[in-house]
This record gives sequence, structure tokens and C-alpha cells, in this order.
Amino acid sequence: MVGIYSPALLSDWLVPGKSLFLAIHIIGIVLFAYIVARRLVPLYRAQADPRFDQPLARLKNVGKYWFGQWKHPRYPFAGVMHILIFAGFLLLATRAFTLLIVGVSPNFVMPGLSGKTGHLYNVVTDYAATVVFLCMVVAVVRRVVFKPARFGKSHTADAVFLLGLIAVLMLADSFFAASEAAGRARIDESMQLAFLSLPWLLRVGFSSTSLAALWVINVTAYLVHAVTFYFLLCYRPFGIQFHVETSLFSVYFAKLERGTVKPVRWDVPEDHLDQVKSFGVKKFEDFTWKQILDFYSCADCGRCADKCPANAAGRPLAPRFLTIKARDYAFEHYPVFGKANNSNPLVGTIYSEDEIWSCTTCGACEEECPLLVEYIDKIVDLRRGLIDSGTVPQSLQKPLKALESRGNPYGKMEKKRADWTRTAEFQQDCTVKVLDQKTHADVLYFVDSVTSYDNRMQSVARATSRILSKTGTDFGVLGPTEADSGHEVRRFGEEMLFQALRDHNVEAIQNAGVKRIVTSDPHAYNALKHDYRDLPPVEHISQVIAKELKAGSIQLGPREVDGKFYTYHDPCYLGRHNQVYEDPRTVLDAIPGLKRVEMKRSRDRSFCCGGGGLMLFYEPKEEQRMGVLRVRMAADAGANVIVTACPFCMTNIEDAIKVGGLEGQMSVIDLAELVDQCMVVPVREAEHEIAAVGD
Amino acid sequence: MEILVCVKRVPDTSENEIELNAAGNDIERDELVYSINEPDNYAVEEALQIRDRVGGNVTVVTVGSEDDEEVLRRQLAMGANQAFLLYDEAFEGSDGRGIATILKEFVLKGHYDLILTGVQADDGAAQVGGMLAAMLDYPFASLVNSIEVDSSKLRIGREIEGGNREISEIDLPCVLSIQTGINEPRYVGMRGIRQVASVPIATFGTGELNVDEALVGAGAAKVKRVDYFVPVLGKSAEILSGSREANAEKVLELIAAKGGLK
Repeated sequence: MVGIYSPALLSDWLVPGKSLFLAIHIIGIVLFAYIVARRLVPLYRAQADPRFDQPLARLKNVGKYWFGQWKHPRYPFAGVMHILIFAGFLLLATRAFTLLIVGVSPNFVMPGLSGKTGHLYNVVTDYAATVVFLCMVVAVVRRVVFKPARFGKSHTADAVFLLGLIAVLMLADSFFAASEAAGRARIDESMQLAFLSLPWLLRVGFSSTSLAALWVINVTAYLVHAVTFYFLLCYRPFGIQFHVETSLFSVYFAKLERGTVKPVRWDVPEDHLDQVKSFGVKKFEDFTWKQILDFYSCADCGRCADKCPANAAGRPLAPRFLTIKARDYAFEHYPVFGKANNSNPLVGTIYSEDEIWSCTTCGACEEECPLLVEYIDKIVDLRRGLIDSGTVPQSLQKPLKALESRGNPYGKMEKKRADWTRTAEFQQDCTVKVLDQKTHADVLYFVDSVTSYDNRMQSVARATSRILSKTGTDFGVLGPTEADSGHEVRRFGEEMLFQALRDHNVEAIQNAGVKRIVTSDPHAYNALKHDYRDLPPVEHISQVIAKELKAGSIQLGPREVDGKFYTYHDPCYLGRHNQVYEDPRTVLDAIPGLKRVEMKRSRDRSFCCGGGGLMLFYEPKEEQRMGVLRVRMAADAGANVIVTACPFCMTNIEDAIKVGGLEGQMSVIDLAELVDQCMVVPVREAEHEIAAVGD
Repeated sequence: MEILVCVKRVPDTSENEIELNAAGNDIERDELVYSINEPDNYAVEEALQIRDRVGGNVTVVTVGSEDDEEVLRRQLAMGANQAFLLYDEAFEGSDGRGIATILKEFVLKGHYDLILTGVQADDGAAQVGGMLAAMLDYPFASLVNSIEVDSSKLRIGREIEGGNREISEIDLPCVLSIQTGINEPRYVGMRGIRQVASVPIATFGTGELNVDEALVGAGAAKVKRVDYFVPVLGKSAEILSGSREANAEKVLELIAAKGGLK
């Protein structure tokens, strides 16, 4: 692209080529800088968010999720297309910049790209431009003809327009290279193009074109390329392709800790929260700058909504639109040209109350998002705003009040919290200590409210206790001094109540002086592990069982099989939020004769059963229950027993089996109950007995 | 508009297991948790909504003891402008008429255009509102489930037997007893209560109120509780024990037989 043949040498138009292209560069760059500066205004007005720590972990994320496109192949076809386009863009970036500079400085060669390297680079990028062009064609056809459901109808025109512009960019680049190569061939200068690439094919077409025409084509292609390049650059910040610029930052600043919820205000310590005038997100500026950056970065691919159980059940929530609506709001209220408007409350204008309460915080959307956009923290922040202004569904007010006065959402008496230990049958084979300042044990079994009070779930508590007892664990429960873990209280936005429950529990646990904590409830597990501080290590019972199996202190006898097929349903707060996928499966596979099948949506794609804690009280607007959808998935996988490891999954699935009319065909059991039923004389107990005889 | 809401603190039926005490003349009150009487909460919410529409103040008042402050504070957190506790040893043991007498004297100390009560208390007899209106010689409407302000008058709605609605006009000042369902009371969180923790709540007794002590207190009570018991389960309850389908059919049949299906 060097030598006499350069658009910079254009002189027979109104203005010299150099001046024309320099003007285009300056206008393009200044305009882009101005637009980006305006887009940054709401970020400056937003709340603090300290994301400047742990640079290595963040760079690792960039390597994996941005450069490595880690999440993309989860949707194989679109994923591979995106990887090709992304790689093409990365490769073509240098070529595009070189091309732009050549218009002003004809002899410019990008440092490091002269000679053989330059030749190789040209060949690679000829192909890259070809591949990107073809991807655009395929993408447009896919959007217009095949219309994948997850895209919806709303943004097709914008998407097609943008795809078209990229295609034009690739074509212009190829026309430029092809006409130059064809022109040089006429004056006996050789310029090689990659075999069968788009420029190569075009050059074949130019074999009989006159030199003068080639020159016009060349300059026109150059002009189209430059104008399209800057138009795209300046247009992207108005729509879904802004992620080309922002994704790198979104991924770098992405949340690093799983299972946690952001504090009310990052810059206000907990003991100063009383001085904060307003809680949560009520107006747009209550979001943090990172949350607003997420709005810009969303590529509107719809993967979040596609995997969202609330969306699948017909609730008025799709994570995608949570973002899109906020972005539209930002564009409208912080326009590029004109003054920023006053902000209105978001709920009631762009969001509905039902939308905000519909989320079960299962995390399926966040797991899916290629750009690591965060949703749960935003939902929690919006709920904090609703709680603070008193806008809470009546169905949730009673349980919240009961949690405040009784420490459980059912309003049951505190003194009855350990009543499940007192059935005659259970007391025959297991005694459960109630821990306090005088009675101690090594291990605390943190039961939490639903398992303590719900008749059905009490069986899980007893099974867990028997397992602990048979493995010779010195354990106890807090009984009346245990309060709800507050896991959903926090996630429903009632932060101060959560803190009161947490402080109460931390004191009770510290008084009990235990070395470890075990729980059978993934929600309690997540709360104790991530929301509480200064506690002994916490384990879920499935992890304990897996460990004891490995150590040989539990042996599992054969399960009556009679043609049953088992499937394991990953609870959100055990699986996605805490990455415990293998232990429960290892335990199931250790039961001789048990046949296990996997549902299509399992592990990190598990489908939420309907949510836990306060979600059981909420009356959502929905077409069908998430649980019913889930039970059907189990049936589709050929299972007739669903094993889960969470009391709320159990409740929802049990209800769903009834509602879905699958009684008698499908059943559900907790992992602890199953293990309890299958345990044969444990080795350790036998050893104890022998030791006792020896004494 | 100056609005007064009379509220009462009651044992929360959804969060307690109500049991009789050993003497059998009251419920076991150890370990009970209390909250505002539910219809009273709707009355306060309605008052706040009227205030937010037409301006003015909402005052909350209760006849009780120090323990009742928690309920007043909750209503302050909800948005009431001020709260008063009417307490005096002489008030203890008052019957409904005694309570109405105390409230009347409190009303006369201020200028209220509208006085609201809950339709009845969980542990009450739905009598104070009506008596208070009579003592003040104000018009009274009970079971109100909608209020529209129309200058010096209100248009109020009531649900009458059979689900029909009736709209009446009532002159101000007046007393209304409010039915649940008139609105959706706002949530009061822990944070809200903490924020009003230091707001002073004035206590008025016989010193502040012009109450004739002969008309209030246990001595003056002409209605006295003499017994308290849990009724024995009646024999008319029928438990269906067939299959789900059979039960559903039977239930349909029974409802139809009683004229429940048209």
C-alpha cells in the first residue's frame, strides 16, 4: 500500500486528498471523544464502587472472558461466530489504523509490519476481512430469516444496520486492496493478495478494468472506508455495539466474589448507615458507575433472558430489559447533545414493582453473560430502594415483620425452634444437643427457619442429624437462640433487618464455641459463608457426606432400585453461587445400583425451582410455576426421582409435582434423607463399639 | 386537613400461639409479641394518603402504657407527623366507654377535621369509634373502605352485604372506622423505626386531659370480662377422607347444596 499509489496523492478532486482525509480524521476523532465524554457524565454522577483492587485477578478475567471469549461457546453457533468476528476485529485493528494513516501519510508503514512480517500480516488480514464479511452475511440472514427467539423483535433493525455497516467496512477495505493490487499489476509492481480471499476475488474481477477506473475505485473505497469507520465509531455509543469499546473495561472491573451482595453504599461503613439519607437505587444516579458501565456494555444478545427462569415462567422480568431500559433511560436523560434532565424514580416509570420482586437471585443470567454484566446486585439495590420507600407487597410484609419480632418468617415461637428433635422415634436413635454458653460441641448444625419449623423439612433436619451422629460427630444446634440466617432478607433488600439477624446469630454461634458449622440449607450456607464474618468454617451437608464417604466413615447400602431413575437438581446457592457440583453427584454415585441421569439444564445451567426464603411468600404474576417447568425437565431426562439438597427446592418441587399432575410418577427426596436411608453400619461406630468392649 | 388516628397495640395473632392462662380469665401473655391492630394500620395509611393529597397533619394516639410506645413509633416511621400516648394509672382497666371518654378529652384539646379508627381491634368489640363520635356529637360512619375528600365533605364508600358498594356523603368533622383493604399499607422497615427512635412522644394523663376520673378506669367500667375460653370443636365440621377427585366432587356438591353456586 505504499509508493505512488495512494489516496493521499489524490489531487484532481475539489480538495487535495491529504487535506480531505485529515479533515475526516479530525472530525471523526473529536466527535468520538466528545460523545464518549458525554457518555461518561452519568458515571461521574453515580455512586462509588471500589473496583481498582486485585489487578492480577482482573487481568486474568480479561484474558479469560474478554480475550479468551470464554462464555461464548455456551451458545455454540452464535459463540463461534462471535469469536471469529472478535478475532477478525483484533487482527484488523492495525490494518484499519494503517489504512487511515496512509490517507494522510502515503509512505506510512506500521512499525514492525514491514518486509516479511508485513506480508504475512496482509495475508492473514485479507482472510480476516473475508471471514468477518461472511459472518456479517450469516448474522444478517440469521436475524432476518431464522429469527432466534432470544433476540425478540425489538432491536432487529438496529442490529441489521450495524451488521451492514461492518460488512460495508470489510467490503471497502477489500475493494481498496483489490483495486490497488490490480493497479500495481498494470505498472509491473506486484502486490500479493491471499488466495481466495475477498480482495483476491475482487482483483480477479478487476482484470480488465482500466487504470483510471481502478484509481477512482481505489479512492472511493478509501473514502467509504474512512467515513464508515468514523461513522461506526461515533454511532456505536448510541446502541448495542458500544460494547466494542466498553467490554474491556466491564470485564476488567467485573465483580470478583461470588455469592455476595454489594453493601448499601461502598463508601459508607456499616455502622454509619443510619446517616445515609436514602437506601438503594431509587433514581438513576443511585446506581454505581460500574452498574451504569454494565448498561453500556450489554450487547443485547438475550442470553440472560433466555436462561432466566422468571422469564421462562412468564413473570414480568427479563434481565436483558432491566439493562436495556436503563440504557435507554441514560441516553434519554443524559443526551449527547443538550442538557441532562432531572431524574425520576425508576420504579413506576421504566421498571414495574412486580419486575423487581420477580427475581429469585438464582444467578442464571450472570452465569450466562459473556460480558459479566451483574444483575443480582442491581435487583437487590432496587429492592432496597422499594423497602426504603415502603413499597413492599403485602404478602411480604407479614413475614418480614415476623422475622423482626420472632426471628423466623412464620411468626412461630422461638422456644419451639428445636421441637423437631423431640419426636419419640427420633430420640431413640439420635440425641441433639442444644448449645449455649454451658453446653458445647465441636460442630454446629445451623438448621435455619424452614428446616426448623416446616413439618416436611424437619425430616431433613433429622436425617442430617442422624448422619452427623452416625459419623461420630460431636454436634449440636442453637435451638431457641438461632434466628433466621437472613439470606433472603438481605436479598429482598431489608438490609437493616438482615444485619440485626446476622449480629444475633454471630453472637449465638460465638457463644456456642464450635469449631465448624454444618448446614443442610444452601441459602444458610451461602449466608454464613459470604454474608457473615468471623465465623468458623462452614460446610454444606453434601460436602460433609462426600468427605466422610472418602474417609470410609460412611458406607452406603444398595437402594431398592425397581426401575427408578434418579436425577440431581442443583440448588442455585449450592451450585452456581458456590460451585458445589461434584460432591452431591459423587454421593449419589456411591449408592450401589442407583441409576442417575442428568437433566439438560444442570450444574451451572441449573433451572431455579422458584426461589427460597421470602420468595415462598411472594405471589408473583406468572403463567406457570418455575417448579412445574423444572419437574418437566426431569421427566424429559427420563428421571422419576429428583434428588435435591435444599429445603426450598424440596418445597417447590413437591408442590410442582402436585400442580403438574405428576403425583405417583415423580417424587423428590433430599440428598441427606436418601443417604440417611441408605447408610449401613458405619465403620467408625463399629470401631467405637469394639473399643468400648476392649475397655 | 388535620387527621387523628386512634390506634391500639394488640398481640399479633399471626405470630403468637394464643393460650389461656392458668386462671382461665385471660390469655397467657408471657412471650407474646405485639403489633399495631391491623385495621388501625390501614387507618393510618389512609390518613397519610389523604394528607399527601390535600395537605395537613396526621396525629396518632393510643390509650395504653409505656409498652405501647413501640406501636406509636412504628406509625411515626410510617410517616405520621406526631404521636401521643394517653396514660394514667386512673385509666387502667377502662372499658370501651372509658377509652372513648379519654379519647374525647384528647380530641377536644386539638382541632381535628377527621378522626379515624380501625374497624375493630383483634381483641376488641368495635365500640370505641362509635362512642367517641357520639360523645363528640360528630357524625360517624363505620366499615369505610374508600374516602374521597370533597372540600368540607367526604365521599365515603362501604361494602354492604352481598358485595355491593354504597357511597355516602358525610360532613366534617366526623369519625370513621376503617375497614382493611381500603389501601395497601406501606412497609415500615427497621431503618425507618431507628430513624424515629429519638422523636419525643408526649404522654398525657389526668393532668393534661380534662378527664372526669369517675368515668374511667376499672371502677367505672360497666362491661367486665368474666370468662375466657377456647371453644370446643363443633360437631358440624365434616372431614372428607376420599380421593382427591371424590373430595372435590363432594365439596362442589356441598357448596351447591348450600346455595353457594349460582
